[in-house]
Amino acid sequence: MAVTDTSPLVHPDVDPFAPETLEDPLPLQERLRDAGPVVRLDRYGVHALARYEHVHAALTDWQTFQSAAGVGLANFRHEKPWRPPSLLLEADPPLHDAPRTVLSRVVGPPRLRRLREAWAEEARELVDRVLGRTSFDAVTGLAQAFPLRVFPDAVGLGREGRENLLPYGDHAFNAFGPRNALVDKGAPRVAELSAWVEAQCARERLAPGGFGAAIWEAADRGDITERQAPLIVRSLLTAGVDTTVHGLAAVLYAFATHPEQWRRLREDPRLARVAFDEAVRWESPVQTFFRTATRDVEIAGTTIPEGGKILMFLGAANRDPRHWTDPDSFDLTRDPSAHVGFGMGLHQCVGQHVARLEAESLLTALAERVEHIELADTPVRHLNNTLRAWSSMPVRVRTV
Amino acid sequence: MATTTATPPPEGGGAHTGMSLHVVRRTEEADGVVALTLARPDGGRLPDWAPGAHIDLVLPGGLTRQYSLCGDRWDARTYRVAVLREPEGRGGSALVHDHLREGDPVGLGGPRNNFPMAPAEEYHFIAGGIGITPLLPMIVQADLLGVPWRLLYGGRTRASMAFVDALVTAHGDRVTVVAEDEHGRPDIPAWLSAPSSDAKVYSCGPPGLLAAVARACADLPAGRVRTERFVATDPNPGTGGRAFEVELRRSGITITVGTEQNLLHELGRAGARVLSSCRQGLCGTCETAVLDGVPDHRDSLLDEAERAAGDRMLVCVSRARSQRLVLDL
Repeated sequence: MAVTDTSPLVHPDVDPFAPETLEDPLPLQERLRDAGPVVRLDRYGVHALARYEHVHAALTDWQTFQSAAGVGLANFRHEKPWRPPSLLLEADPPLHDAPRTVLSRVVGPPRLRRLREAWAEEARELVDRVLGRTSFDAVTGLAQAFPLRVFPDAVGLGREGRENLLPYGDHAFNAFGPRNALVDKGAPRVAELSAWVEAQCARERLAPGGFGAAIWEAADRGDITERQAPLIVRSLLTAGVDTTVHGLAAVLYAFATHPEQWRRLREDPRLARVAFDEAVRWESPVQTFFRTATRDVEIAGTTIPEGGKILMFLGAANRDPRHWTDPDSFDLTRDPSAHVGFGMGLHQCVGQHVARLEAESLLTALAERVEHIELADTPVRHLNNTLRAWSSMPVRVRTV
Repeated sequence: MATTTATPPPEGGGAHTGMSLHVVRRTEEADGVVALTLARPDGGRLPDWAPGAHIDLVLPGGLTRQYSLCGDRWDARTYRVAVLREPEGRGGSALVHDHLREGDPVGLGGPRNNFPMAPAEEYHFIAGGIGITPLLPMIVQADLLGVPWRLLYGGRTRASMAFVDALVTAHGDRVTVVAEDEHGRPDIPAWLSAPSSDAKVYSCGPPGLLAAVARACADLPAGRVRTERFVATDPNPGTGGRAFEVELRRSGITITVGTEQNLLHELGRAGARVLSSCRQGLCGTCETAVLDGVPDHRDSLLDEAERAAGDRMLVCVSRARSQRLVLDL
């Protein structure tokens, strides 16, 4: 039980969810890391962790840092969630066990291996079509287009209404933050979007052979209940679209601004997997999540009280120079393993292999055809309380 | 107030060998049953598990045996298993009973869970002998969830039945104890009678007991009865923990992984790029294709068929049963 740092607790007067901070969170992240192992954000009444060591420890210690009281700012012990809580993200063992067991099988490597060839082909087709022009928007043209093409098909969704997926996910991730203008912006459509998503989770809406049908088959076997099945499908639809879109945008931005790294990928396309994880580390598409202390817990001399919320800065941890060498560089020679961009521990992103396969398919197809990629104009951020995202990224390419 | 300490994860590129434990406590729980409490030498967190899970213990000399976890998952720093002395066995239980002492090292594989607890409105637990072990954490879990449960616990003699007094003391008439030398074998159909439609039956014990449970539950729909044999059959005994050679076919290099070395770490040192994440055999990020040789699977993820196929492995925790492995790296 080593207590290594007993410097006084710092209370920086900052707002991690202010528009200017979301536009560029890096200066705040550095300030929070340097302020100490734990800081107190009085504005929101929470403690915060920004160093890799402590974020990693809190993510893995589910016994002390629970999720069932919500993984956003709202404390479900006192506040009503905006929608029925997720059976995965917002649950603790033992209730978390069966849904997690089922979903990790449904989107696990064996099933993904069966999608590999088809997704590679889809990626080649999309890339061929997009490369009909030498400049285009990499966000809408690739980062959104590819997941929106393959993922809803893999789930088994119908064709109608797929345009609802991105705004629904965007609002869900805004809702983890405080009730600010970003949340208010999404509020008018919440009821309509939620109703659409809920309707897609029903057994009869999901095509045979897809992830959604597999979840319902698990209910037929009694591995989960029939009441749990639609909420587990909902988790796929909430967490499986926006995150991969922004992950792909992150790696495309990284390559558009690091031509030497693109050359390296083209020399060895098997680096696609490493490249994607390095981009997830570097940009951290999911920037933050909260936990709630299940007991009075001391971290480096600071006591976080039972029931207190803890804000974990995944993005800050992924650029912590105490853990990473030259953390701000995007570098394919680095081993990005054990970054916390997908979380860590028993809540670690259940769809990480889906995201990696999407990225590997798309990057491999691009590497076959694109010799050089660069920004054609200044890219524009899309602000979200939780996600680090782009709304547009004009690029220019030279094909082979 | 308690203190939490960060267990520093390895630096990028490295991995702790990690999967070596030592015996911190050994107690006699019943005639022929010893319970072991296991921990990492550095006291760090162990891989997460859920009721029904088992671990591989790699015993001194390389024998590998499976035991159900029967401790408290809210204590992340110890595992607990109970081991029955099996005179007919192939030496693993005798080794534990006769030679394994507090402070001794053991290798770890898993945890893996082929017997996970699914939601139910009611649980009927049926244990035969040492088959009580996976059911102990299930009982705790049912209580935690407020789900009604009952237990039928059979054994040769009451003195041979581990944890029986604690169960009866804590739970009274929810527990039916049937010692064969006093009452004969349990009448499972009578005890089970008519389970409600949302009930599940969980049973662990010797083949004879499981066959009796299957007969008694023949009319229940699939998925309502879940069983695990406690005598895990290991088709490839022995040789765990040894040094082995690994050929990286595409790189054209061969390395040696010593007894105390971790495969992922050695691959990294040899310049092979293997992406990893949890480094506990849980997430599957480091899955690598095996071209030749027999892996010694120590992960929590691959199922029985995938393990038997032997064509892929999680290099963050797994090793080799054969003297040589060939990987697609």
